[in-house]
Amino acid sequence: MRDGPNTHVGSMMDVAVSPVLALRKFGCEQSLLSRPDGSSSFVQGDTSVLAGVYGPAEVKISKEIYDRATLEVMIQPKVGLSGVRERAQEHCVRQTCEAALLSTLHPRSSLSLILQIIHDDGSLLSCCLNAACMALMDAGLPMSCLFCGVTCAIEQDGHIVTDPTSQQEKESRALMTFAIDSAERRVMMSSTRGSFSVNELQQCVALSQRASEEIFQFYRDSVRRRYSKTL
Amino acid sequence: MPWKNAHVFSPSTFYVDRVCYTKILPQETPGNCIMRGIVTTLDMFECFKDKVGEVLLPGDVFSFELVPLDNKADKVICGPGLRRNGDEVLVCKSGILRHKPPNLYWIDSIQKRYVPAKGESVIGIVTVKSGDVFKVDVGGSEQASLSYLAFEGATKRNRPNVQVGDLVYAQFTIANKDMEPELVCIDSCGRANGMGVFGADGLLFKVSLGLVRRLLAPQSDIVKDLEKTFPFEMVVGMNGRVWVRARTAQQTLIVANLLESCENMTTQQRQALFRRVADRVT
Repeated sequence: MRDGPNTHVGSMMDVAVSPVLALRKFGCEQSLLSRPDGSSSFVQGDTSVLAGVYGPAEVKISKEIYDRATLEVMIQPKVGLSGVRERAQEHCVRQTCEAALLSTLHPRSSLSLILQIIHDDGSLLSCCLNAACMALMDAGLPMSCLFCGVTCAIEQDGHIVTDPTSQQEKESRALMTFAIDSAERRVMMSSTRGSFSVNELQQCVALSQRASEEIFQFYRDSVRRRYSKTL
Repeated sequence: MPWKNAHVFSPSTFYVDRVCYTKILPQETPGNCIMRGIVTTLDMFECFKDKVGEVLLPGDVFSFELVPLDNKADKVICGPGLRRNGDEVLVCKSGILRHKPPNLYWIDSIQKRYVPAKGESVIGIVTVKSGDVFKVDVGGSEQASLSYLAFEGATKRNRPNVQVGDLVYAQFTIANKDMEPELVCIDSCGRANGMGVFGADGLLFKVSLGLVRRLLAPQSDIVKDLEKTFPFEMVVGMNGRVWVRARTAQQTLIVANLLESCENMTTQQRQALFRRVADRVT
């Protein structure tokens, strides 16, 4: 540790040996759209998602829930129509948002969240979750806690990569996405693909929880930047 | 002219209006008022004090020990964005924690969607005329109802002249999450007091709720700066709608554009812009 320049090399080599947290660069912008009540764009490396939230607005009678708000999530792919894959992702995002939102404060109203995929370069679901959280926060909807998404890929040789690119996803043996809440760092949602052992799953959860700290800190910094003019 | 003294009439302690009104109307039960809870402890002051003026995010928690106090002055009142949960106070919106002496705390956030609150004055658009009530769009999740008798001097015989599409400046008498919101265009003495149907001309546009609060704040510097440009009339509704009328259509548009641009400007930028406009127009 004493010889400064070498420590960097050392840590880079560690990446290949033990699961070290390596997230791509984040970027986020809130209130960038004028029409929706809340909007955000979230960028993780080359993956980019644009989110818009409308609500609490008038709800269709058929979708009305008498004691809480109806949440609708739509994921629009970059090209073509949304299919089964998007539906599955919509479901994951909706379950997570419903858990975080205090929807009982706006009964008989509708909340719609629209996620437009700008570019997919791996970890798409986690990017969608992050964009969704920022957009909900921007809309000023009451939430009990924040959430973030972290994707982990287990490579053929058992190494865990956080926030994988689509190339890494393709080469991976297993792929898992977790939604982590900000209050107790618990897993709110998990979506997995491929085969892995219980031990590996637990490793991934632990890693995601560590990664979530970084993401929540990023959330805080970007919201602080947004309010800096009115402070 | 119903808009004449509109901003004099708007609640003067405007940021905390949602809390204030619960004080004026003591018959309101804590269940349906917006005030989230009265916390009885001195410890609270301490944990809030360090955070005043800081940006907080949903999920942030203030923990404290609950000590019952007899003295009412020691109670802490939590406004929008703060919720009491057992012996902790939870932040549920992102924004800046604000404090008003002696013991009022709330989260000041930038928002676009309006949620009706009792006592707030809004600009609504009449959408439906049915029997004895008008339906008014106020930008919330539900249309508000406005009785035709809730106008100054209105009786069963003498109906107010309100058409579909008209703008009204009205106040909420009922606004809670479980009931249909209800508007009136008279105060408790039966006087219009600045409320009612808008006259011809003028321009209606929308701004964020944060900007509206800044405009309505008692000594608002935006309004002060704007007054120096040229004469105009302005009505600001708490629901983010602003109505402006100046001498000419051009001046009306200038005011509208200036207000919209205030959203993301620092004080210096704003003052420089306003000065430049005032020089050009007059």
